[in-house]
Amino acid sequence: MRKSILLIILLSGAAISHAQAKDVTVYTYESFTAEWGPGPQVEKAFEAKCGCDVTFVSAADGVALLNRLRLEGENTDADLILGIDQNLIAEAKDEGFFAPHGMDIEAGLVPVEWNDDTFVPYDYGYFAIVYDTQKIETPPSSMEEFLNGDASNKIAIQDPRTSTPGLGLMLWIKKLYGDDAPEAYAKLSDRILTITPGWSEAYGLFTDGEAPMVLSYTTSPAYHMIAEDNDRYQAAAFSEGHYMQIEVAGLTKKGAENPQAKEFLSFVVSPAFQDIIPETNWMLPAAPMSKPLNPVFDELVQPKTALLYSSEEVALKRKDWVDEWLDVMSR
Amino acid sequence: MLALFLLGALAMGAIIALIVFAVLGGSTVDIIDIVTDQYVWRIIRFTLWQAALSTVLSAVLAIPVGFLLFENKYFYGRELLLRLFAIPLVLPQIVAVLAIVSLYGNQGFVTQALEGAGLPVGTIYGLSGILIAHVFFNMPLIARVVLGALNAMPSEYERLSHQLDMGAMQRLRHICWPYMRPALFNASALVFMLCVTSFTVVLTLGGGPRATTLEVGIYQALTFDFDIPRAVVLTAMQLALTAFAVFMFARAGGNIDAGMTLERTRPLIIKRDIRQTVLSVVVLGLAALFVASPFIAIFVKGIAADLLKLIGQPAVQNAILTSFVLGALAASLCIIVTLALCEGAVRKGPMQGIYSHAASLVLVVPPIVIAAGWFILLRPFVIVYEAAPYLVVCVNAAMALPFAMRFVLPARQAAAQRHDRLCAQLGLYGFNKWRLVLLPTMIKPLSVGFAFAFALSLGDLGVIALFGSEKVQTLPFLILQRMGSYRTNDAAGLALMLCIFTLGILMLADRSSISLKGKK
Amino acid sequence: MTADQFSVAVEDVTFAYEADAPVMRFDAQFRKGVITAIMGASGSGKSTLLSLLAGFEMPQSGKIWLAGEDYTHRAPGERPLSMVFQENNLFAHLSVFNNVALGVSPSLKLSASDKESVHHALASVGLENYGKRLPAQLSGGERQRVAVARVLVRHKPILLLDEAFASLGPGLRREMLDLVASLADKNAMTTLMVTHSPEDALHIAQDLVFLGQDGVAFIGPSKELAKSQNQNEAVRNYLIGRGTS
Repeated sequence: MRKSILLIILLSGAAISHAQAKDVTVYTYESFTAEWGPGPQVEKAFEAKCGCDVTFVSAADGVALLNRLRLEGENTDADLILGIDQNLIAEAKDEGFFAPHGMDIEAGLVPVEWNDDTFVPYDYGYFAIVYDTQKIETPPSSMEEFLNGDASNKIAIQDPRTSTPGLGLMLWIKKLYGDDAPEAYAKLSDRILTITPGWSEAYGLFTDGEAPMVLSYTTSPAYHMIAEDNDRYQAAAFSEGHYMQIEVAGLTKKGAENPQAKEFLSFVVSPAFQDIIPETNWMLPAAPMSKPLNPVFDELVQPKTALLYSSEEVALKRKDWVDEWLDVMSR
Repeated sequence: MLALFLLGALAMGAIIALIVFAVLGGSTVDIIDIVTDQYVWRIIRFTLWQAALSTVLSAVLAIPVGFLLFENKYFYGRELLLRLFAIPLVLPQIVAVLAIVSLYGNQGFVTQALEGAGLPVGTIYGLSGILIAHVFFNMPLIARVVLGALNAMPSEYERLSHQLDMGAMQRLRHICWPYMRPALFNASALVFMLCVTSFTVVLTLGGGPRATTLEVGIYQALTFDFDIPRAVVLTAMQLALTAFAVFMFARAGGNIDAGMTLERTRPLIIKRDIRQTVLSVVVLGLAALFVASPFIAIFVKGIAADLLKLIGQPAVQNAILTSFVLGALAASLCIIVTLALCEGAVRKGPMQGIYSHAASLVLVVPPIVIAAGWFILLRPFVIVYEAAPYLVVCVNAAMALPFAMRFVLPARQAAAQRHDRLCAQLGLYGFNKWRLVLLPTMIKPLSVGFAFAFALSLGDLGVIALFGSEKVQTLPFLILQRMGSYRTNDAAGLALMLCIFTLGILMLADRSSISLKGKK
Repeated sequence: MTADQFSVAVEDVTFAYEADAPVMRFDAQFRKGVITAIMGASGSGKSTLLSLLAGFEMPQSGKIWLAGEDYTHRAPGERPLSMVFQENNLFAHLSVFNNVALGVSPSLKLSASDKESVHHALASVGLENYGKRLPAQLSGGERQRVAVARVLVRHKPILLLDEAFASLGPGLRREMLDLVASLADKNAMTTLMVTHSPEDALHIAQDLVFLGQDGVAFIGPSKELAKSQNQNEAVRNYLIGRGTS
């Protein structure tokens, strides 16, 4: 008993004494720093390159990441944040925490024009309806077909009030249907098994066989094919195009003073970083890699049209759009 | 008194910090605007409606279950059933929800079986799903509290009722009900609070935004909207409404003290008539099946995972160690504060009634509010992600407090009745009184309360997820993390481990203090 | 055995509280219509004996005879007896009237004549106007009177008293004993009374069953308690201690 108390004290002491200044501090989301995520490899690669120490601090997701910065304000420890998506860029800039990157960025692989002076894209992906091939033989080939399809084939989606993919689907439909979005939501609501607070619940329902379809990413099947050697789950290609998610990194004002932080930001779009992304973060590389992409990625749905709202527009209208969505879905 | 203050500080400190932060940041809030918002009132109505319905259903079902557990002192598996009854609350909600769906969902085992038998089954998504999940979480809790109250009844009562040839119904109505009622309402108040703050269950099983609780609104305000004033106002509304409801429950309950004490007198073994035996088998059988089946689902999914490989992973080992260390610390803190609150509760005075209920209201302040508030408070002084473990310990201890109180307070009250005067007369005070008199007589409820608090913080996700950094990864955190990155098999395996650990802790607590209990 | 002579009997009964606890043995007969005092040292099984008779405990072997019939395996509610405990005889949440009325109808559904008999019983223990009170408003002696009133309305031929008056003062105790003796006599009840007090036993009991460490050590007239010599050894040790033998 004594020993274990001692152990606890030692452990907690270790936790406190650990609080020392690091060379580069990066705030990111949890799945980035998970042991199978990009974090550990990125840390190793960059530390070898610059001879400095990288510390990752993780928040639950991109939204939590930005909020953490908002709570910390000027006193943040972060040199960089890595992992908010394009929807949050305008709001993030409004807070005034970020410094321009001042680089010629090479995010040439992102299929939309990118000329933001503050944030650098490091990967991107498309939202997609992922379906179970054992339950659905002919997947819908367009959003229109999906919305008007067989109502007995249900989908698990996420809530735009609490989840990034949930917000993505809402923006996708809004982008396609504009002012007619409420009618589209009404059709959607007949197709819905349930609306979950986060991606995990919905995807869990899907892999448990409860829902034959789920809102996820075009890259989701790649995980099952590469890591599990299982091609049962596939994404449906929609002819109207797919809504995008672009994940970005940016320098804080504190980080702008730190040459190593700047070095990290340019590292993010270098092949060494990009090589790691596809099979750890399960997103598409934003910049060229040094090796060919795993051929499985070529089998994935390649959207012809990339759909996207500007982050300014999202920041301005998100609340109203969510209210509009709520209004229809709550009927 | 100090304990109560600290407890209040934990919740109110967070809220005040958020207010100050918002004001300094120049945010303004139109309280009238929020309070008159149609959307807000709709979710308040739904929150209260589903919570009330869930509570009533859990309580109504817990009455026969608790009573028949009292009537049938010996049957095979009774002890296991009672321990099983303690675990639903401990499960991370996402794990429980998926287990429930695998049984009652559209493709669920039970649904398929019923449909195979030609019985039409409605969909689980909607109010029915919310109710099933809430009854699964809470009915066992109320049943245990009710059983505890019945066990505290004078043993002569049961004997007399048999001598007077009362049937089970008559015994329930005339003898047991007056003892069950306060416990029932007391536990129902707790359950009501748990249901008010339900989040994952309500959203996932509710089927859509029709089913939205205030807690979701608060979460939304503090995440995507980053509207702190709104979050604070909604939290205040949630607190006020719940406090009012709890007050009503407490008033309706009456005044026989009761809690989750365990059997203390020699139980009566009496042959029941055949009708009652059949009824007992049916009711307890169904209750056992209902509570156990999600665990069976978790077990079946869990053993499909590569458990040996999982346990070999350093991350898993670390998470288990972290969970146990944090759990033990939280449980210790929880028991210390519980004892302090009990001291207040047995002392006569105007504050007496406040203690037991005040502890519970902490449950209604959303973890995300506490987390964000304390983040702001601690931020200027320490590196928050280094201090996170301490905060997690404090918050988990506070969350477990209302439950620990229900184990420990009745024992402390009994001890007060039995020993306080004698101790005063012998000049036994403070530490010596604790060491020589109170601790030995209360060791059983204390260890059960400790185990329950331990288990509860072992399974807690709310706060951990919000403070999580790579240094503080607990088992439920790991479950969520793996579930969030396609590794559902791993998550199932880890969930199984969590269940086994929890059951183990509860069994250990019963073992360690078995000497005070009459055996067969 | 002759049923008309003995109303209550335990025949080669063995019992143990737990598998590894010492086995208690009981073998005794109690005369019909007579008050028998049951005495013995602490732990000798006096209360256990009453529990076995009442059906609250089941013997491992042997038989329990009540009113000439084998009741060994019958439920407590079926047994022709009433029992009064030392405390908690009254349900605290029920009125005095209802507490007695439970003896007439366990569902408290009472006919006019049932109610009359409850009133009558309360009157015969001297508590005519106490019907509406709650047990908490009564003194200890009054509460035991209510318990006795319930015994009366049940009309059972056997009465078991488990130290029923031990917590009352000497005067009150004597009063209660007299009440019980007269009621037992009037209703021809066979009465078994567990007590620690030789005076109580001598006061109303004709017979004495004394339990020693290995079961029944003495059966005979209660006057044995008053003898200064030739006492049964177990009884003598109990009354005056071992040191002076």
